[in-house]
Amino acid sequence: MDQVKLAELKKTAADIRLGILEGIHAASSGHPGGSLSIAEIMSYLYFSEMRVDPSNPDWPDRDRLVLSKGHTAPALYAALAEKGFIPKEDLKTLRQADSYLEGHPDMKHTPGCDMTTGSLGLGVSAACGMALAGKIAGKDYRVYAVVGDGETEEGQVWESSMFAAHYKLDNLCYILDLNGLQIDGRITDVMNPTPHDKKFEAFGFNVINADAHDFESLEKAFAAARACKGRPSVIIARSTKGKGVSFMENQVGWHGAAPNDEQYAQAVAEIKASL
Amino acid sequence: MADKIATREAYGNALAEFGEKYDFVVLDADLAAATKTGTFKKKFPDRFFDCGIAEGNMISVAAGIATTGKTVFASSFAMFAAGRAFEQVRNSIGYPHLNVKIGATHAGITVGEDGATHQCLEDIALMRTIPGMTVISPADAVEARAAVEWAINYKGPVYLRFGRMAVPVLFDKESYKFRIGKNIRLTEGKDVAIYATGVTVNFALEAAKLLEADGISARVVNVASIKPLDKAEIAATAADTGAIVVAEEHNIIGGLGEAVASAVCESCPVHVLKVGVEDRFGKSGKVPALLEMYGLTPANIAAKAKAAVALRH
Repeated sequence: MDQVKLAELKKTAADIRLGILEGIHAASSGHPGGSLSIAEIMSYLYFSEMRVDPSNPDWPDRDRLVLSKGHTAPALYAALAEKGFIPKEDLKTLRQADSYLEGHPDMKHTPGCDMTTGSLGLGVSAACGMALAGKIAGKDYRVYAVVGDGETEEGQVWESSMFAAHYKLDNLCYILDLNGLQIDGRITDVMNPTPHDKKFEAFGFNVINADAHDFESLEKAFAAARACKGRPSVIIARSTKGKGVSFMENQVGWHGAAPNDEQYAQAVAEIKASL
Repeated sequence: MADKIATREAYGNALAEFGEKYDFVVLDADLAAATKTGTFKKKFPDRFFDCGIAEGNMISVAAGIATTGKTVFASSFAMFAAGRAFEQVRNSIGYPHLNVKIGATHAGITVGEDGATHQCLEDIALMRTIPGMTVISPADAVEARAAVEWAINYKGPVYLRFGRMAVPVLFDKESYKFRIGKNIRLTEGKDVAIYATGVTVNFALEAAKLLEADGISARVVNVASIKPLDKAEIAATAADTGAIVVAEEHNIIGGLGEAVASAVCESCPVHVLKVGVEDRFGKSGKVPALLEMYGLTPANIAAKAKAAVALRH
């Protein structure tokens, strides 16, 4: 990856992090941990991988992103704002009664949001439907679904995986945000869904491992997914929950808590200093 | 009246028939032979997708397909389409108001021998509480066919309720026109009204004959469009007759009876008595025995109608 592009992607990831925190701080509610852990993934998807057009959000031939872990909507909104689908100043209206930025993604009211999600396990199935529809229509768009590691405790994730492999949906790529934490604690303590690689492999997926915070690793992973024919891919992206904010990193308490003014100021300073 | 055909059979035939005229795909969850989507599958194998025994996934897959602009039918038994997959129907289809048609067959106790686990008596209640969901329960093969064509041409989520048991053909295929939100008066009585939907429509007509023999003139009203409900017709009938019975193959809690009673309360309060499954589960048995056991009979409807007349102000 050339250095200019790398710097731009890093800058965008930092801006996404700032957008995430701006909304959650203003709302005094939301899910920072799992939003921050996918900042590089969202940056890479919207600024390198996906074929989208902010001036035409309903373009039938666009690539699609389903945020199956819908509680990390702030990361989606921040990415959509960076890309130009929605105004950046709207991010601070997150979760307000008079805003279109719902606590969980709402495709009917947010330009660029491809699927309504929030109830875990449902988004991946919808992504399968989009991918199947693409095959039926002979279109070459690709479909991406960001899945939480805790989310894989939902049986429907595996129903969808069976479906994706059965219909050979090679235009479909799951990105598993493997940050290791869920609301009640470590995923391995709450209800161990590992090993994800062996499970997805057994379900018929092309399994690709990546570092969720390393753009060169993500670039290789998405290229490998794109090159794979005849079966769906999953990128198992090892991440740090709360990434980029020292006091949030790897802390289960920051799954669904908003920073106060002081914490917000420190988080913003840390993210800005990282550039 | 000689022909008897199950509405699920008419559903499968309609999908196969309209598959030529309209562009849609059909999903099923390993029940194509029973839901009769297999009739469509045989004719259009490239437009049929079996989802296996995974109804929740099927419903969300249907939602994903619908986001791309394609019309999609998803079928299973009512128990699994509305029951098991309720949350997927609500959140994947209902909330984003996607263009998915849920073809739910084997509603109610007329499933027969398979028993309570497969006899859905709650689907009308579940589906009509979802904002924006249209709920249709056809009475015969002609109405089922017309409802399917209407659903294909309507943009938005629709729940279609079909039965396993063969029922008499009541309507004329050439003249029948499905109209959403409109009741159909089958007889013009004045002493009491009997509202019915699905398999109970024929029982209501037979009940009206029993009542006629006793000098009671009953107005039988077919309600295929459970949501939206024809409140204007109900208000007028309440005013005309002053006594109402509602017969349905559903739990009396949350079903058509409560919907009609609610409409009556808002417009022209009169007594509304219910014939349905009285807050019980179903059970295994031959269909006629079950209908008798649960009171879904012309005789019971007629008895309730007389009770309603006796209560009239």
